[in-house]
Amino acid sequence: MSIEIKTNSVEPIRQTYGHIARRFGDKPASRYQEASYDLEAKTNFHYRPLWDSKHTLNDPTRTAIRMEDWYAVTDPRQFYYGAYVGNRAKMQEAAETSFGFCEKRNLLTRLPEATQKQILRLLVPLRHVELGANMNNSKIAGDVNATTVSQMHIYTAMDRLGIGQYLSRIALMLDGSTGAALDESKGYWIDDDLWQPMRKLVEDTLVVDDWFELTLVQNVLMDGLLFPLVYEKMDQWLGEQDAEDVSMLTEFMRDWYKESLRWTNAMIKVVVAESEANLEQVQAWVDQWEPQAYNALKPLAEASTGIEALDEIRAQLSTRLKKFQLQSQGVSA
Amino acid sequence: MAVKSKKLNLKDKYQYLTRDMAWEPTYQKKKDIFPDEDFEGIKITDWSQWEDPFRLTMDAYWKYQAEKEKKLYAIFDAFAQNNGHQNISDARYVNALKLFLTGVSPLEHAAFQGYAKVGRQFSGAGARVACQMQAIDELRHSQTQQHAMSHYNKHFNGLHDAAYMHDRVWFLSVPKSFFDDARSAGPFEFLTAISFSFEYVLTNLLFVPFMSGAAYNGDMATVTFGFSAQSDEARHMTLGLEVIKFILEQHEDNVPIVQRWIDKWFWRGFRLLSLVSMMMDYMLPNKVMSWSEAWEVYYEQNGGALFKDLERYGIRPPKYQDVANDAKHHISHQLWGTFYQYSQATNFHTWIPGKDEMDWMSEKYPETFDKYYRPRYEHWAKEHAEGRRFYNNTLPQLCQVCQVPTLFTEMGEPTKLSHRQMKYEGERYHFCSEACCDIFKHEPEKYVQAWLPVHQIYQGNCEGGDVETVVQKYYHINIGEDNFEYVGSPDHKRWLSIKGKSSDDKTERAKRDAA
Repeated sequence: MSIEIKTNSVEPIRQTYGHIARRFGDKPASRYQEASYDLEAKTNFHYRPLWDSKHTLNDPTRTAIRMEDWYAVTDPRQFYYGAYVGNRAKMQEAAETSFGFCEKRNLLTRLPEATQKQILRLLVPLRHVELGANMNNSKIAGDVNATTVSQMHIYTAMDRLGIGQYLSRIALMLDGSTGAALDESKGYWIDDDLWQPMRKLVEDTLVVDDWFELTLVQNVLMDGLLFPLVYEKMDQWLGEQDAEDVSMLTEFMRDWYKESLRWTNAMIKVVVAESEANLEQVQAWVDQWEPQAYNALKPLAEASTGIEALDEIRAQLSTRLKKFQLQSQGVSA
Repeated sequence: MAVKSKKLNLKDKYQYLTRDMAWEPTYQKKKDIFPDEDFEGIKITDWSQWEDPFRLTMDAYWKYQAEKEKKLYAIFDAFAQNNGHQNISDARYVNALKLFLTGVSPLEHAAFQGYAKVGRQFSGAGARVACQMQAIDELRHSQTQQHAMSHYNKHFNGLHDAAYMHDRVWFLSVPKSFFDDARSAGPFEFLTAISFSFEYVLTNLLFVPFMSGAAYNGDMATVTFGFSAQSDEARHMTLGLEVIKFILEQHEDNVPIVQRWIDKWFWRGFRLLSLVSMMMDYMLPNKVMSWSEAWEVYYEQNGGALFKDLERYGIRPPKYQDVANDAKHHISHQLWGTFYQYSQATNFHTWIPGKDEMDWMSEKYPETFDKYYRPRYEHWAKEHAEGRRFYNNTLPQLCQVCQVPTLFTEMGEPTKLSHRQMKYEGERYHFCSEACCDIFKHEPEKYVQAWLPVHQIYQGNCEGGDVETVVQKYYHINIGEDNFEYVGSPDHKRWLSIKGKSSDDKTERAKRDAA
């Protein structure tokens, strides 16, 4: 049995906004659709930017990639702001429980000094890589014109800041919130030979101007090697050093990376399928950057998991890229 | 591990969780990583002096914002399910929402893009992070506004193509050019324009009219958005104040640059808000307060205290604030009078205020309304009653800078139109005021680029030479539905039929007929 509530029903005169109806027909639209399509200014810009007089505001030619309609790139997660923060709020709740648990039981501070040092040398400096990723994604969000694309990048920018903060908190847990461990860790990032190729790579990405090149390098090529290496392979390796508890503190990153594959794959797929020219351009960037990302991670792999683990991941990236007709140097096992 | 025994305080801890993740680059030149930081002439000697305006780590941000969103969307759902649009004070109110969705919401999106950009441009990581948080907040506002208005769009006209109209419709070039101006400037000017002049100095004059207007007129969806955005706005305001103090403290050479920006952006903001002034006095069936009262409280009093506080940096109140203060008695009437004549080309309706409303205005504007503006309305009402609803078929001359038609009057001379002109590189340019002319003189190469809607129509760039074609085809304004007089419009008829079920049908009808 169900209870029927009588309501005063009113016939709407239209189902959704005109710009949504032109794309999907005049039918009830999803929250994602009304929040994501054709919201940005497209034409009749008044002034050229003083910081880039070659382009207009919202200029689609800020990348060499050409799309007839950038809104062909959409988010398989259907994240608009509300959906995004709702999802992350749940993820942070789980992370908070883990951090609280580790802190309460001194799970990190009871690790041997040498292991603690390894965490500070091999894991925590990645917070700086995250800040680079934060800057790059913020730049992209500011340069892209289609909201379906720009919003994914601002969410990613904020995610990367958050990941950097979780990594920082690992060090704060080790040093009892004095900041000493973060200072030590930053020293490795600045001076230790192990990190210099990665630091150079991050700094090199910070001067990349083409936003699509940048999202490819940052969110596909670098992350595509770094996240599996660090948060899977190195995570296992740390477990073998009796530091398996660290795993609880990086669960956020594993979940996050798995989820981010959904939108990065969807984006690359649509862009290279658009035209031969796009495919060629993206391939050229893969040729240029993939080996650099690999080389930047070599010292980290050598100091921890061994180079084979990195090669295995490189092969996985290669398999992933092949699905989009892109070739990379990884050798499938 | 180096021994440090003192626990970090909250401030230092937040710095470790934000700016300490940055480092001095050595593989690339700092200048190449942050190429846009110097060209405006602002001198920053030490970014470490930046005081974080709020301390919100991402985990806390996600948590708080998700809670707010959950509550907000619960209200949106309830509003739609219960046809909350039937409970507003009067359908004339919806015209305020039309102005908001086409004039303000696209600015939220532009703000998202602008803050994402400056969130990368500064070499100070603390400032970048604060700007990025505002970027994603602005995206939030842009999206939740679409959702808040979505139900209204299903039951009223004129809300159906906001972003499209924002790019094209004549009066919407006022807000659009305002934000284009800020976004095309350098990062420090952008923050002075938007974070300080707009968010800090003038935001209450935008927020209060619309959000309190919603509260007073039974619009649960919009007022709930307003409450939900309040804590975001508070963060944005603290950023605005921090930015200005930081720039001023960094170097004395920054003072004259910032002063010029304050002069410019105060004036541009004031001109933009003239649209809000008419909405506040004329479009809200239940009035919150008059524009002149709002201006007194939120600008003359609050702004006065602020500029007193900034005196120690060598900053004086904005040039031409005396003109703005004097104009508080006039602009809402001058704007509404203009839009009344040009309703054929707007996505909202206009009307002659009812008798009670005119009496309210006489009371609120004792020195000006009865003398200068009531007679106009009485004349137009008489014309309308005799079947000659007045529309002006000559396109207005727009100011080259603010893009409002040159409809304002001289300070102290309410019957004399204010108009300035000057020649630049062989072309003559027209302005609504000395202040707009000053802005032009300082950056003529920027303002000659302005996309002036009236010029564009006359040049044939808007799909046709006649107003009807432009309005229908180029603006996407549905003729006979979105535009013209409110009385007798489809919105008006629909409202009467909604209220037809209630007992005030006759009074409502009589009231409107009288108007």
